[in-house]
Amino acid sequence: MLLIPCPWCGPRDEAEFHYGGQAHVPYPEDPASLSDEEWARYLFFRDNAKGPFAERWSHAAGCRRWFNAVRDTSTNEILAVYRAGEERPATVEPRPVPSAGSGAAAPEGARAVPICGSAAGARPAPTHPQPNDGPRGGAGGEAPAGVEGAEPLEDGTGKGGGGATQPFRHPTRGRMDRGAPLTFTFDGTEYHGYRGDTLASALLANGVIRAGTSIKLGRPRGIFSAGVEEPNAVVQIEAPFPEPMLPATTVELYDGLVASSLPGQGRLATEPDPARYDAVHAHCDLLVVGAGPAGLAAAAAAAKSGARVILADDQPQLGGSLLGTAEQLDWVQEITGQLDAAPEVRVLPRTTIFGYYDDNHLLAVERRTNHLGAEAPENVSRERVWRIRARRVVLATGAHERSLAFADNDRPGVMLASSARTYVNRHGVLPGRHAVVFTTNDSAYAAALDLTTAGLGITAIVDTRPEPGEWAERASAVGIEVLAGHAVIGTEGEARLTAVTVAPYGESAGQRQFAADLLLVSGGWNPVAHLFSQSGGKLRYDETLGSFVPDTCRQAVEVVGSASGVLDAATVLAQGAAAGSRAVEAEGYTPEAPRLPEVPAQPRQKPPMHVYVVPGDAEGPRFVDLQRDVTVDDLARATGAGLRSVEHTKRYTTAGTANDQGKTSGVLASGVVAELLGVDISALGTTTFRPPYTPVSFAALAGRDRGALSDPVRTTAIHEWHVAHGALFENVGQWKRPWYYPQDGEDMEAAVLRECRVARESVAFMDASTLGKIDVQGPDAAVFLDRLYTNMMSTLKVGMIRYGVMCRPDGMVFDDGTVIRVAPDRFLVTTTTGNAAAVLDWMEEWLQTEWPELKVHCTSVTEQWATVALVGPNSRAVLGTLAPRLAVSNDDFPFMAWRETTVAGIEARVCRISFSGELAYEINVSPWEALALWEAVYEAGAPYGITPYGTETMHVLRAEKGYPIIGQDTDGTVTPQDLGMSWVVSKKKPDFIGKRSYARADTARPDRKHLVGLLPEDPGTFLPEGTHLVADSVLPAPPVPMLGHVTSSYRSAALGRTFALALIKGGRDRIGERLYAPVGDQLVPVTVASPVLYDPEGARRDG
Amino acid sequence: MADNALTAPPPRRGAADNALTAPPPRRGAADDALTVPLRSPLSHAAGRLAAATRTSAGAVRLAELPFLAQVNVRLDAKGPAAEAVGLALDLQLPLQPNSVVRAGELTALWLGPDEWLLVGPPGSERDLESRIREAAGEEPVSVTDVSAQRTTLLVTGPRAHDLLAHGCALDLHPRVFGPGRCAQTTLGRTQVVLVARDEPRAGFWVLVRSSFAGYLADWLLDAASEYV
Repeated sequence: MLLIPCPWCGPRDEAEFHYGGQAHVPYPEDPASLSDEEWARYLFFRDNAKGPFAERWSHAAGCRRWFNAVRDTSTNEILAVYRAGEERPATVEPRPVPSAGSGAAAPEGARAVPICGSAAGARPAPTHPQPNDGPRGGAGGEAPAGVEGAEPLEDGTGKGGGGATQPFRHPTRGRMDRGAPLTFTFDGTEYHGYRGDTLASALLANGVIRAGTSIKLGRPRGIFSAGVEEPNAVVQIEAPFPEPMLPATTVELYDGLVASSLPGQGRLATEPDPARYDAVHAHCDLLVVGAGPAGLAAAAAAAKSGARVILADDQPQLGGSLLGTAEQLDWVQEITGQLDAAPEVRVLPRTTIFGYYDDNHLLAVERRTNHLGAEAPENVSRERVWRIRARRVVLATGAHERSLAFADNDRPGVMLASSARTYVNRHGVLPGRHAVVFTTNDSAYAAALDLTTAGLGITAIVDTRPEPGEWAERASAVGIEVLAGHAVIGTEGEARLTAVTVAPYGESAGQRQFAADLLLVSGGWNPVAHLFSQSGGKLRYDETLGSFVPDTCRQAVEVVGSASGVLDAATVLAQGAAAGSRAVEAEGYTPEAPRLPEVPAQPRQKPPMHVYVVPGDAEGPRFVDLQRDVTVDDLARATGAGLRSVEHTKRYTTAGTANDQGKTSGVLASGVVAELLGVDISALGTTTFRPPYTPVSFAALAGRDRGALSDPVRTTAIHEWHVAHGALFENVGQWKRPWYYPQDGEDMEAAVLRECRVARESVAFMDASTLGKIDVQGPDAAVFLDRLYTNMMSTLKVGMIRYGVMCRPDGMVFDDGTVIRVAPDRFLVTTTTGNAAAVLDWMEEWLQTEWPELKVHCTSVTEQWATVALVGPNSRAVLGTLAPRLAVSNDDFPFMAWRETTVAGIEARVCRISFSGELAYEINVSPWEALALWEAVYEAGAPYGITPYGTETMHVLRAEKGYPIIGQDTDGTVTPQDLGMSWVVSKKKPDFIGKRSYARADTARPDRKHLVGLLPEDPGTFLPEGTHLVADSVLPAPPVPMLGHVTSSYRSAALGRTFALALIKGGRDRIGERLYAPVGDQLVPVTVASPVLYDPEGARRDG
Repeated sequence: MADNALTAPPPRRGAADNALTAPPPRRGAADDALTVPLRSPLSHAAGRLAAATRTSAGAVRLAELPFLAQVNVRLDAKGPAAEAVGLALDLQLPLQPNSVVRAGELTALWLGPDEWLLVGPPGSERDLESRIREAAGEEPVSVTDVSAQRTTLLVTGPRAHDLLAHGCALDLHPRVFGPGRCAQTTLGRTQVVLVARDEPRAGFWVLVRSSFAGYLADWLLDAASEYV
């Protein structure tokens, strides 16, 4: 959402504005002197510049002022705004593009240190935690013969056993609430977990790792990660409310949760979602995205300054990666307390910022009650969309661990190394018993050491680097075998991993096999640059990291922590604090340096090795995108087909298009394609990141704008009466208008015929309050209306009314209505119901941009007046009864006159106008008294059998008289002349909007479509609106020449037959001709007629 | 037959905490003594607004302030009419965009550089109009009675601005939109004029087109469900 600075009101959301096209295209001084070509150039031709472009905007939902803006059409940046009539500013510079990187650049050597690095040097626990007794599902998987380190596995099915025990639960670790046991069901089996578990962690605690089968190949897939990046464990929630395709790693466990695994694709709910959803707009000086170490430090630096700060994180608890590594948790608690205590700081847990738009507008979804399961209160929205406008943004979104492409890298049991550590520390769950670690970098060592301490057996660490350095020494010191310069080249196991095959890197000789139910993979780290990229930021390739990191951006955003590519813990913290300080300082607040925790000394870092496809000739697919089942071979086919861009290989193979959007696989896919093409990954780049960062439900996006509130319903002051009297309603714009009032089981046809008959034979009344009404005041009001309307308004006498038509400069009819002269300098203009706002905008546009010299003002008074139309030969008698002081005879109160009087004791302005050809009045009163008037009319008309009528009868009555409805019988390509209304186009006025266009060759063509009447030869045949018309009784071979189409079609009580209005080429010259209308498979013969089919002499108008 | 008008339902007003004076019934011409009770756009919603106010335990207060006099004034802010009108009303028309000036029972809202909305007690619209026209004399001013064009919703209570923030993109923080501020903007899916009431944290007036008032009341009641 752009923020457009109105020159009067200041910055407002783009949604408050209307676009008005290119600025500085003045209305020609003398259109009559222009050639057709010059006039067409004014009408139809505009520049289409790339870069700064001057254009007109109207602050339509605000001060209604038109102004000019210079917008860069390539970036949407508004470079300048200035008032209508002012010169375009001479030079306008785009905003400079600052670097998004922070001031605290990391020293080179520190770059590759993972934030999760810790001083884990303790010896592993001597024994593994023993599983509790309990039922087990299926036999333990046997490792293949000759495998090193083989021990019987707990459960080789990957499905666990269910029951009361959680065999893979660590006895002490984890942050879940062991005092809050929960019961849930997965694939029909009941399990137990704790509050604080995710569905994934609870499944793992029960020994369930397999969470579905893959979408194309149907291969078993297991829980792969511990967060939003999950490609495999995407499940269907069955109860309490069905929801498809949720990563089990992001579903907080609640009591009674029922879920099932999916074959790669979920099922939409078939019942309406009973939950509430809403939205909130929020504003802040600083938005910090991510509450890991960098984000917490940034928020802490800003918290006490008095600046308005929002800190959003997708997890239920603050801490980010620290929750997974169980480091610095005291500090996390301290900062959390500080943030909670700061009055202008808002912390939003369970909130995912999913979109980053123009002018620091960010959208987030907060999951508010889902984790409560059945206990969720009904009056609280389940999810809330936050629409945040931030002066400054600090992105501390962290990094996702990357996978590696080796044979059979998709078996359940293959997991990201850091995720396994998260399961142990956050959820107290061992995701397996015996793990092999496969890494290209140091970060997996910290994970391996921590897991060993927790009791998970690490059989070997396989490192692609020939000389892994100090971290490897630490691992060796605790007895873990480190295989330097080695790679995993294959895996075994059906339902769950049973063994891992290792070989020296790039060689097939010297293979070894290890028994393992877990293979922990780390192919390096991808900064989560999604939001930064969405903001318009550019990424650059970081050679040290082997991934893409934020570079520059035009928006006021900084990226800190591992999202910026910095993985060293101390640097991350310092960087976050500095960015938070800078942001609030820039907004005029004084930051306060937060206390940052001590970071223990780390082993010396060794740079990672950049590996994408693991070399080796082992059989078995090497998966790149697990969720889409895209392999290295698929990408090879894409490059083999000649595709050279990752955007193209993505579309060809679908890699990265699943609902995980390639979070773990995107950079891997780029790396693979680069290898296949023999180019450098830095030259190839990544695919574009687009919102949303994670899937957002349509229900959340719709918020409360659904059902009855999906669109405003406009009602008149008499609406409740219509409802009480059984009216059916028609939507006209946002208005609810009575359509017809069925009585005694009438269908629509019978009701409308009855209403029409009463109106023509006695008296009927309708609520016409919805017509747009504009008060036009000022000494130049008459001049102004003369320029807007095709006919003359300045000659109208006070007390009289004139029908008028408004056209666009191209001569096409735009609106029609009546104009009442209230005083010499004051008119009341009526518009069609649907066009009221557009006509007022139109008036303001011309007044403010072209004719500022005119002293005239326009004010909407649509709701200031309620209008009751009283129609029929007995209308005079009814009015006479209600308005005893009003002389109602034709001489005293002639057609197209208006009078002020009291009707039923209510002050009223009565207009003698007719949209039916009958004697008719429109009685205008205050809406505060409209219901009283309406009821009085109903009662006074009772002796005459008065009936209320709706829009359908109004349409029939006017169509019988050939009166067009703008927007129904016209479509923006119809001139007044086409409608047979040359009489409404002034020949005397020197100019008015549209006049020049009537002399264009195109508008003078004799074969233009004219509005005519149509009479089906069979008086009972009804022509559907939109029916085409052709010349012959036999259809020629296509293309069939079309002569026109039906615009309105009705059954007429007065004519005793069906009839229609139609736009037909040269229609007025065809009156009396027979044409054919294809209806279904019939060609219906019709006769072209005058559009005025009823009372062509106008004898009924005066009663 | 004119006494049929008496069959119209009696006027029901917004919550009783409305400090404004009750509307005088509008009278017809002098020789036509009948009066018609007035019916406001949200008379049918008064009960629901009052119920939400009650059950929110003070968190939000919602009520219609019906029949306020509203007069739209257009004149050249730099011309002599501005001063003359200011003197006649004993109130300087605000020149700062989106600001409000109050004097006695009268409030002037800035709507545009040459446009103001005067809001006064019910029934005062004609008096206001004639005072302005008289003061302006020959100077061109446009004065339009728009009292029935919009109705006014009172939205107050400690959660008032949280409630409006569900549908209003403006920053309503008291630092930004405090007393003396007004704005034409969008609330939910309808246009409104928002006015910050005089004392800090005293909530807002929401002026809404009468035809949209029912929608907006439904919207506010729905948005308030979390606070009741």
